[in-house]
Amino acid sequence: MKAVGIIFSNIHDNNVPELARIRTLGSIPFGGRYRLIDFPLSNMVNSGIDTVGIITKNNYQSLMDHVGSGKDWDLARKDGGVILLPPYGELNNNTLYNTRLEALKGITNFLFRADEDYVVMTDCDAVLRINYAEILEYHVRNHADITLVYKKRKAAPGELNETTFDLGKNNRIIGVNYKKELGSEEENIFTNIFIMKRTLLQNIVMDSISHNKNHFMAEVIASNLKSLNIYGYEHKGFYAGISSFQAYYDSNLALLDEKNRHELFGDRSVFTKIRDSAPTKYGNSSLIKNSFIADGCEIYGEVENSIIFRNVKVGRGTKIKNSIVMQDTVLGENCTIDCIVVDKNVTITDRKTLSGSSNHPFYLGKGIMI
Amino acid sequence: MIRKKKCVAMLLAGGQGSRLFALTNNIAKPAVSFGGKYRIIDFPLSNCVNSGIDTVGVLTQYQPLVLNDYIGNGQPWDLDRSFGGVHILSPYQGKTSSDWYKGTANAIYQNIHFIKQFNPDFVLILSGDHIYKMNYSQMINYHILNNADCTIAAINVKKEDASRFGILNTKDDGTIYEFEEKPKNPKSTLASMGIYVFSAEKLYKYLEEDNLDASSC
Repeated sequence: MKAVGIIFSNIHDNNVPELARIRTLGSIPFGGRYRLIDFPLSNMVNSGIDTVGIITKNNYQSLMDHVGSGKDWDLARKDGGVILLPPYGELNNNTLYNTRLEALKGITNFLFRADEDYVVMTDCDAVLRINYAEILEYHVRNHADITLVYKKRKAAPGELNETTFDLGKNNRIIGVNYKKELGSEEENIFTNIFIMKRTLLQNIVMDSISHNKNHFMAEVIASNLKSLNIYGYEHKGFYAGISSFQAYYDSNLALLDEKNRHELFGDRSVFTKIRDSAPTKYGNSSLIKNSFIADGCEIYGEVENSIIFRNVKVGRGTKIKNSIVMQDTVLGENCTIDCIVVDKNVTITDRKTLSGSSNHPFYLGKGIMI
Repeated sequence: MIRKKKCVAMLLAGGQGSRLFALTNNIAKPAVSFGGKYRIIDFPLSNCVNSGIDTVGVLTQYQPLVLNDYIGNGQPWDLDRSFGGVHILSPYQGKTSSDWYKGTANAIYQNIHFIKQFNPDFVLILSGDHIYKMNYSQMINYHILNNADCTIAAINVKKEDASRFGILNTKDDGTIYEFEEKPKNPKSTLASMGIYVFSAEKLYKYLEEDNLDASSC
């Protein structure tokens, strides 16, 4: 596939301030053994894209640690592969970018040096499986200048406003409602995935530098609906948008549904950093119902409707329900947790009872001891 | 969506290269040094990578140590892929038969499982002892355009040299109607380069038939 990929790893950090305080949105753990960036990265690799630039802003140590050389995604390449693009400050103007367009202004070199014809841009806030090669075919067939991927859906709980599209004939986008307040009906909600010619993106970026434009959706897309052929592409499979902490919690647990699990993983690989931990040990006293459990765990208690990451230890008599427990966390004996998101490296000592509610899950920060 | 490759290349690198005498006393012909910093196999391997083919089987047999060592995991050619990449295919012991490679067709036949695991549309067969630059993707496009079962790359040689080569006699549209190995009185000067594109299903069919034919090698 003749396209270069660009992934924005930071752009929706504010959606989940709890989890993104110490990391980028892209490096938030998800689904037992993944991080959010694994989904766009794997989609790109599976679509035949082998040059991917990852735009970062701050707190990207965890992201660098996760992506490494790119070998786990088969992106450790002689030519291309994965390239981390840290923020780029002018000599006398040492401020960080704030918008997508400003971020793109900082990577003009990357854009000009690539020799692929097309660009696929995506954020890390959407967990989905999508074949960019198919979208590119659709893009070329429509003689489109820009193709934007949308999902027809209702607002998720806690999701207040999103960019939505009004569609005309053949899915041409005739109206953009920027940060529209969502009601109870279905809307064509943008998934933050763009496809266009690389030269077009270059022109957009150069033009916005000379005209001091800073907003991609408002100043490039919405104001050019007539002069550019901008089409929408409907994504039909599983989609989980990480638009809030509640949405993060719900989308994790949504994976336990067989249909969602199949649509997201199916017969294609989702690549992630390999940790080579030992197989999970289930003790005699353990009881597991409807859960994802990654490798390296030791489980002696009961786990129900939960996502357990790698190397988690669950003591005898401990009950975990409707919870997300990230890697290296240790739960002692006879604890009960219900509707809790436990970050990495947390220690919960014996006989503690913690409970949130399914419409208001509780969060335990990285490394704390209870 | 099942993972597949459009094209798998099979690079024949097992020949003894007896005409190079001392140069191939201890190493296979494709591993012979050439042009200051290369070995012969660099040329077909690089052609593959530059043509967008990232799955290559290298068939070795004669004195393979240096060649295997040189190819290693394929990283210098960006062929250390997790799906695809370069694979050394040496003759092996099987449950029912164990054989050296008896000619090129047999060598490909013995590794048919290697090809099939990538589920390719086309199989490109190359020699490891040629020095040239070629874009195989153009040849594959030509193959598709003609709806061909097999396409053979050819080069025009001088009339007086033609009797040293395998000569392809073609119709006006390029269809081959006759192949003459080292003809005394060549009808054309179009010499086969030993580079073949096959539609995978046809290749499987004919290799399996050929294997039953004891007279063929």
